[in-house]
Amino acid sequence: MGFASTCDEERQARLSLGEWAVDGKPSFFDEMTRDGGLARPPYQRLARWLETAPTELLASRRSQAELLFRRIGITFAVYGDKEATERLIPFDIVPRIISRSEWTKLEAGLVQRVKAINLFLADIYGARDILRAGILPADLVLRNPQFRPEMVGRRIPHGVYVHIAGIDIVRIGESDFYVLEDNARTPSGVSYMLENREVMMRLFSELFALHRVAPVENYADILLATLRSVAPRTSNADPVAVLLTPGIYNSAYYEHSFLADKLGIELVEGRDLFVRDDIVFMRTTEGPKRVDVIYRRIDDDFLDPLAFRPDSALGVPGLLSAYQEGNVTLANAVGTGVADDKAIYTYMPEIIRFYLGEEAILGNVPTYRCREPDTLKYVLAHLGELVVKEVNGSGGYGMLVGPHATRGQIEAFERKLNNDPANFIAQPTLALSTCPTSLESGIAPRHVDLRPFVLTGSQGVTVVPGGLTRVAMTEGSLVVNSSQGGGTKDTWVIDDLPAGSA
Amino acid sequence: MSASQSQTQAQRQGPGPAPDIPERHAPPRHALLSRTADNLFWLARLIERADFLARIIEATQRLAALPQAYGGTGTEWESALVSSGAAEAFHAEQATADEASVIEFLAFSPKNPSSIRSCIELARTNARSVRTALTVEMWDAVNGAWLELKRFEAALGLSQPSRSDRLARFLDFVKETSLRFDGSVYRTMLRNDAYWFSRLGLYIERADNTARILDVKYHVLLPETETIGGSLDYFQWAAILRAVSALTAYHWVYRENIRPWLIADLLILRPEMPLSLRASYNSVVEILDAIAKAYGRQGQAQRQARTALARLANTTIDQVFQTGLHEFITAFIGDNTRLGLAISEQYLV
Repeated sequence: MGFASTCDEERQARLSLGEWAVDGKPSFFDEMTRDGGLARPPYQRLARWLETAPTELLASRRSQAELLFRRIGITFAVYGDKEATERLIPFDIVPRIISRSEWTKLEAGLVQRVKAINLFLADIYGARDILRAGILPADLVLRNPQFRPEMVGRRIPHGVYVHIAGIDIVRIGESDFYVLEDNARTPSGVSYMLENREVMMRLFSELFALHRVAPVENYADILLATLRSVAPRTSNADPVAVLLTPGIYNSAYYEHSFLADKLGIELVEGRDLFVRDDIVFMRTTEGPKRVDVIYRRIDDDFLDPLAFRPDSALGVPGLLSAYQEGNVTLANAVGTGVADDKAIYTYMPEIIRFYLGEEAILGNVPTYRCREPDTLKYVLAHLGELVVKEVNGSGGYGMLVGPHATRGQIEAFERKLNNDPANFIAQPTLALSTCPTSLESGIAPRHVDLRPFVLTGSQGVTVVPGGLTRVAMTEGSLVVNSSQGGGTKDTWVIDDLPAGSA
Repeated sequence: MSASQSQTQAQRQGPGPAPDIPERHAPPRHALLSRTADNLFWLARLIERADFLARIIEATQRLAALPQAYGGTGTEWESALVSSGAAEAFHAEQATADEASVIEFLAFSPKNPSSIRSCIELARTNARSVRTALTVEMWDAVNGAWLELKRFEAALGLSQPSRSDRLARFLDFVKETSLRFDGSVYRTMLRNDAYWFSRLGLYIERADNTARILDVKYHVLLPETETIGGSLDYFQWAAILRAVSALTAYHWVYRENIRPWLIADLLILRPEMPLSLRASYNSVVEILDAIAKAYGRQGQAQRQARTALARLANTTIDQVFQTGLHEFITAFIGDNTRLGLAISEQYLV
C-alpha cells in the first residue's frame, strides 16, 4: 500500500499526505506573496504595481478585456448546458509569472517527458520491449480501451506519435512542480494562451514595460513547421496541411478556426475530405487537392466510419487505410490515448527511466491505482479526502472532489468504484498554489494550474515559454477546468530580476 | 499606377537605384474549399436578403398609410409578402395578411426561413463555420448583427408604441448591417477567389430581389396606366424606388417627374444604377471571368452569365415593353436561379 509515484526516496519522504492534502487549516503556496507579506522576486514589480493601481482602473481593464474577448468571439460551448451553448471563459487580468530559472527546469522536464511518451508509443505498437521487461502490466496496455490494434506493426511517418502534447502541471511549493495529467490526444487551450497575451499587450503596456516577457506569438509558426516536418515521405516538396474539426458545434470550434487562421491552413470538416486509392483529397473550387498532413481535432473513434464508429458523420471513410499505407500523417497519431491514460500515468517515472535512462525531472502527483485491491480498500475508506478520476476521463467530467462532494455524490462513486475499480485512480486533494486574481471584491488568491504545450516534429521537441494558466475563480475551489467554471490567465516567463533590483 | 501614387512612392523611397529584389517562386495559390466558397456565397446572399426585406417593410408601411384616394388599396401587406417570395409560407399558417402579422413574419418569425431574423441567424452560423475565411471586420459585422438581434428580441413584448419605435430602429440597424458587411468585404478581403464568391452571392441575390419587386409591381409600370397630371400610382412608383433606395438616383438620372417606364428602365437596363439587373450582371460576368482566369478554365456558369448580360445590354426599354414586361422579368428570374445552380454545380459542391 502506498503511492505509485516512484520519485527518489527523499522526495518520497516529503510526499506525506499532510503536505499534499487540504486538511484542517490549509496553507497554500502563494506564488506572489511569501509568509510575512513580502513578494517573491518574480512578482516584486507586479506586486508594487498592484498596490498602487486604483480599484477603478482594474475594474475598467477587466470590462475592457471582457469586451475584447466577446467581440473577438471567443466562446466556448459547454456540454450539457443548453441555455448557454456559447459562454465566455472568465479571463483574469493579473498575469501569472514564472521566472526564467524556474522555466528552464520545467522545460527540461517537459521535453524529457514527451520524448519518453513518444518512445513508449513506438514501442508498444512495435517491439513491446517495455512489456517484456515487465515494467508495467501488459494488460494495462493491451486491454486498454485506448489501445488501437490497427496501429500494431505500422510505421508512421518519422516515428512521431504525439506531435502536440499538453502537460498539466501543478505547483505545490517554491520548487515543487508536478505533472498532474498528460494530454496526448487532442489537447486544447492553446488559443487562449495566444489570445490572452494579445489582450494583455493591448491593455497593460505599462506592465510589459516593467518586465522582459518571453513571447509566445511564434507558437503558430512552430506548429506549422512541426506539421510540415512530419509529412509522409511520398508527398510533394511543399506538403499541404489541414486542420480537421468536428464542426461548429464542437466545444473547441473557436480554437480550431483560430489555429487554422494563424497557421494559414484550411479548416476542414470530414465532408470536405475524401479518399481515393488510399490518397486523401479535399474538395476545392478547383477540384480535388491532395492533403499530406492532417492536424486532427477529432477523437480516434470518429476519424473513419469504416474503421471505427460506423455511425460517425464527422470522419472520412477510408482515412485509416490511407494512413496505414503511409500516404497521410495524422497529428496526433491514432492510438496515443493509451499514453495519457491515468493508469499508465502512474508508471511515467518508470517509463522515462526505461527509455531514457534518466530520472524524471518532473515528478508525478502520488496516485492510487484502484485496480489494486488493497489500494481500492484504502480509497473507499477515504473518499471524503481524495479526488477520484476516471482513467480515460478528461475536462473535469466524471470526477469526484471528496472534500467538496455531497453524501450522495460520494455514495455514487462508491458504487462506481466497486463496479469497475480498474477504471479509476485517486489522488490526494492537492494543495494547488494560488496566484493573485482580480475580482470585483479586489485582489485575492485563487488556485491555478499550468498547461504548457509541447511540440514534437522530425527535428525534435519545442516548448513555447509559458502555456495556459487555468484558475479556479471560486474561492477555495480546486477545479480549474473551463467546463467547470474555471478561468484563464496570461502566463509570463520573465527574465530573473537581479536581486534587489525591484 | 496613378501619377499621384508613384509620386508618393518616390518620395518615400527617396532617390537612388532600386534595391535588387531576389527573384522568388510565385507562392502556391491557396486552395479554396468548396464548402467555404458556398458559405461565403450564401453569407453575402443572406445579408443582402435581410437588407431587402427591411426596405420592403419600410416601403410597405408608407404605402399602407395612404388614403384610398391616393392609391391605397388595402392589399399592400399581401403584396409585400409576394415580392419577398414568402406568400405561400405565410398563408400555410394564417389567412389574413395585416400589418402586424406580416411584419412579424417577414422580420422576426423563426418559422419563416427567409425572415430577417432567420437570415441573420443563418448568416452567423455560416460565418462561424468559415471564420478563417472571413476578415475580423466581416466577422464583427455579422456577429454584431446577431448580438443586436438577440438584444432586440429580449426587449420585445413591450407595449405597442415603443414596439413600433423599436421596429424602426431595428430596420435601420438591418440596413446598417448590410452596409457594414458589404463595406468590410470591400475594404478588407483579399482579392482572390474567396472574395469573388462572396461578391457573386451579393450580385445574384441583388438581381433576384430587384426583379421580384418589379415582378410584383409590373402592372403599375405599364404605359397605359399613366394619366396626365399626376397618377394614382404615383405613390406606388415612389414606393418601388424607395424599396431599392433609388428615389434620389432616379431624379439624378432622368431629371424629370416619375414616369413608370423610366422606373423600369432604371431598374432593368441602367448600368449606372447599382441595384439594376444590368449593373448586377455586369458584376456577375466580371467576377465569373476573373474566377475562370485564375483557375484557367471556364464552364456553364460563365456561358449562362454572358448570355443573360447580352440580353440586358442589347435591349431597349421599348423592346422590353413590346415583348411584355412581366414575361421579360419572369424569364430573368428563371435564368438568374439557373445561374445560381450552375455556379453551385461548377464550384460549390
